[in-house]
Amino acid sequence: MSNPALKTSDPSSPDDPQQHDDAAGYYVPGDPIADTKAPGGPVEDKWDTRQFEARIVNPANRRKVSVIMVGTGLAGGSAAATLGEAGYQVKTFCYQDSPRRAHSIAAQGGINAAKNYKGDGDSVHRLFYDTIKGGDYRSRETNVFRLAQVSTNIIDQCVAQGVPFAREYGGLLDNRSFGGVQVSRTFYARGQTGQQLLLGAYQALERQIGAGTVQQYSRHEMVELVVVDGRARGVIVRDMVTGELETHLADVVVLASGGYGNVFFLSTNAMGCNVTATWRAHRKGAYMANPCYTQIHPTCIPVSGAHQSKLTLMSESLRNDGRIWVPKDAKDADKDPREIAEDDRDYYLERIYPSFGNLVPRDIASRQAKNMCDEGRGVGPEVEGVRRGVYLDFSEAIGRLGRPAIESKYGNLFDMYARITGEDPYEVPMRIYPAVHYVMGGLWVDYDLQSTIPGLFVAGEANFSDHGANRLGASALMQGLADGYFVLPNTIRDYLADSPFEKIEESHPAVVEARESAEARINHFLSNKGTRSVDSYHRELGNIMWEYCGMERTEDGLKKAIDLIRTLKDDFWRNVKVLGTGDGVNQSLEKAGRVADFFELGELMCIDALNRRESCGGHFRGESQTEDGEALRHDDQYAYVAAWEWAGEGEKPVLHKEDLVYEAVKMAARSYK
Amino acid sequence: MKLTLKIWRQAGPQAEGGIRTYDVDEISEDMSFLEMLDVLNEQLINDDEEPIVFDHDCREGICGSCDLMINGEAHGPEVTTTCQLHMRSFRDGETITVEPWRAAAFPIIKDLMVDRSAFDRIIARGGFVSVNTGAAPDAHATPVPKESADRAFDVATCIGCGACVAACPNGSASLFLGAKITHLGELPQGQAERDTRVASMVAQHDHEGFGGCTNIGECTSACPKGIPLDVISQLNKDLRTAIRHGH
Repeated sequence: MSNPALKTSDPSSPDDPQQHDDAAGYYVPGDPIADTKAPGGPVEDKWDTRQFEARIVNPANRRKVSVIMVGTGLAGGSAAATLGEAGYQVKTFCYQDSPRRAHSIAAQGGINAAKNYKGDGDSVHRLFYDTIKGGDYRSRETNVFRLAQVSTNIIDQCVAQGVPFAREYGGLLDNRSFGGVQVSRTFYARGQTGQQLLLGAYQALERQIGAGTVQQYSRHEMVELVVVDGRARGVIVRDMVTGELETHLADVVVLASGGYGNVFFLSTNAMGCNVTATWRAHRKGAYMANPCYTQIHPTCIPVSGAHQSKLTLMSESLRNDGRIWVPKDAKDADKDPREIAEDDRDYYLERIYPSFGNLVPRDIASRQAKNMCDEGRGVGPEVEGVRRGVYLDFSEAIGRLGRPAIESKYGNLFDMYARITGEDPYEVPMRIYPAVHYVMGGLWVDYDLQSTIPGLFVAGEANFSDHGANRLGASALMQGLADGYFVLPNTIRDYLADSPFEKIEESHPAVVEARESAEARINHFLSNKGTRSVDSYHRELGNIMWEYCGMERTEDGLKKAIDLIRTLKDDFWRNVKVLGTGDGVNQSLEKAGRVADFFELGELMCIDALNRRESCGGHFRGESQTEDGEALRHDDQYAYVAAWEWAGEGEKPVLHKEDLVYEAVKMAARSYK
Repeated sequence: MKLTLKIWRQAGPQAEGGIRTYDVDEISEDMSFLEMLDVLNEQLINDDEEPIVFDHDCREGICGSCDLMINGEAHGPEVTTTCQLHMRSFRDGETITVEPWRAAAFPIIKDLMVDRSAFDRIIARGGFVSVNTGAAPDAHATPVPKESADRAFDVATCIGCGACVAACPNGSASLFLGAKITHLGELPQGQAERDTRVASMVAQHDHEGFGGCTNIGECTSACPKGIPLDVISQLNKDLRTAIRHGH
């Protein structure tokens, strides 16, 4: 069927500014794409209008409508709980042994909401503006405004569920401040906000499971999407305990399967986070938008050695009280930091960005840390000849507020740091360095969160819509819960109002095809008898991605990366070694399927980065910088969402551009000085 | 470091299991225990032996996936999760025994992986506040004393790893249960369902085959999140009140 989201205008006109298109030859230009679901009128009214216009499924008919939810973190768990409450028949799938272990649980710092409880001038409009600006004018205005609007409901909902947010002595909620923002709008539960919010959503989900409206399938991984007559109608999942491939069919499929930062191997993501659910959907026709938009988080514990399996994030909230510095003189790099005199320290963020200081947005803090280390002023152990660390120092705050105050605010983070590094951060400054954290790219969705495949909706980190080129702190939790509790349950009903949909049998050719393709992949890996482990390929792919498609990218580097990825991918398919069988737990087999998809994604990320010859947010193109080395955006050429269409095995991807239109805010150069 | 590892291998739930011995070399003290197992698994794959199955995910001490008995202790010699246990806690040349959680209510799936879905079923029987989405009053409508909010948070940090069960000679999940009962019981939002919650969660706990609590206290000393033993007193108190109220 034709997709209403696609415009049928001519391909890019010949005067399209492609004079710097480094990616020419790597892709095929396609038709423009546009969001057709956001209603007209002022941005403040759009969400109310859409909720009113979206058709309704009457309560008696809802139990006849079935929904598949893949992923049960903040977005998927909250959406499934809400749809269950509404009376739909919901099936949820997660690869973990329980929805309570989704990686949302690891988010530390907090969740933003425009409550203005502090009376410091916050408002929906200000949260909206900060988020657009923090996204470097590369996110969609309509979606972000809605995010800011519903943010206030999230806090109400979570408090009612019993989420133990931090409180002041009067019993009211406390707030703190995060990077890129000059008001206190972040609600938090010590350093474990994601955990408490996820447990709230998980408990709401378990309540529905107990009530029988939701069926939960744990240790199940989606391995294919079923598309029948152009509509998403189900999934093929692998039961990771029995190894059995199961077919589940429904009226609508929602992917809330998180982000793909693990393409870099070393990241702050949980080990199991993967791209497979969204990539399988991409191969079936869902466009992948802005895949090269990766957030590099500035405050992670630095890499210690070659066997490291993951990087651990230290909450950005630490920057409220910690001061970041490096020695002025590289000769002091290996000194005990306590012996470096105040005058010999360079508090570089406070020096370069006096109004935001240590609370500059993540991309700026990350890049400056890299610059300091590249200059030779990094601290900590040398890894491959460079010291990759800067100090995050609490001595001034401990002196000002006392150690108990710091313990009560950040105690668990300090303990975690001490455990991992073997150093006491109350005595010696922490060492931090940037690491891959969150991805802003994901499946393209319209205002209703529907992908380019009708009946396939995408929520949370798995979609692209709200964060632009950079994500401000405490906004990912906000998006996950906004999508899950409030947006998706309201928009999906318009699609479901067309029900009853035609019933699909498991013998339908599209179902058989999906199942066979999943089987073929599994059989290939099990019968390949190669010589190299899956992890060794994953690690090597990750190194390529970090080196050439990480914090700083160049045309030459990206082209080199694409060649390296293609060569390694060929070798992977010929030479990967997966032992054991398919009829039980086989963790190497699970990883092989995921890494296979990471290869294809990694290549697309590099092509996307090549096409975007501008620096924006966390994505620094060496070819595009100001005289003093700051990121230089090109709004005249790149104010678009790059939505990539899969063209087939071995074919060049097709680039569809969605123009970003700003009506409520004026695009401006971002300055935090 | 050089280490000798004695590890429980079991091909499936019905298969007979046994200890196998492996040697590893060049282990750095900065590695986490799970990274050490990654190294062993790479070695096994090279030797054409199936890698050891174990549960893990976030590797930063918060998801609660990891579930290893190390030298007979839940999560190992330090009070933390296995992913946050570092090899600096062991000596060069040491022999380390690694087994899965031991509890009747946590059946073994394969090698070191166990089934903890009983915990989800306990939560599904009342470990929540019943509030439909969109029906909540303004968050500031009900002040919560800071002490209550802090206490609720402290016990809500339970990660559901099951170390308490594995450490308990009775295989009781009373610490897990008590943490949730106390978390929701501390807050005004949790009062309406207080009696029914404790009665039905305890009934499910017993139904799943967890043992009874005899106040041994191993649970709290093994808990990586420091959930205090007095949540069990709270659990018992709430249960008595519920029974008195006719539940």
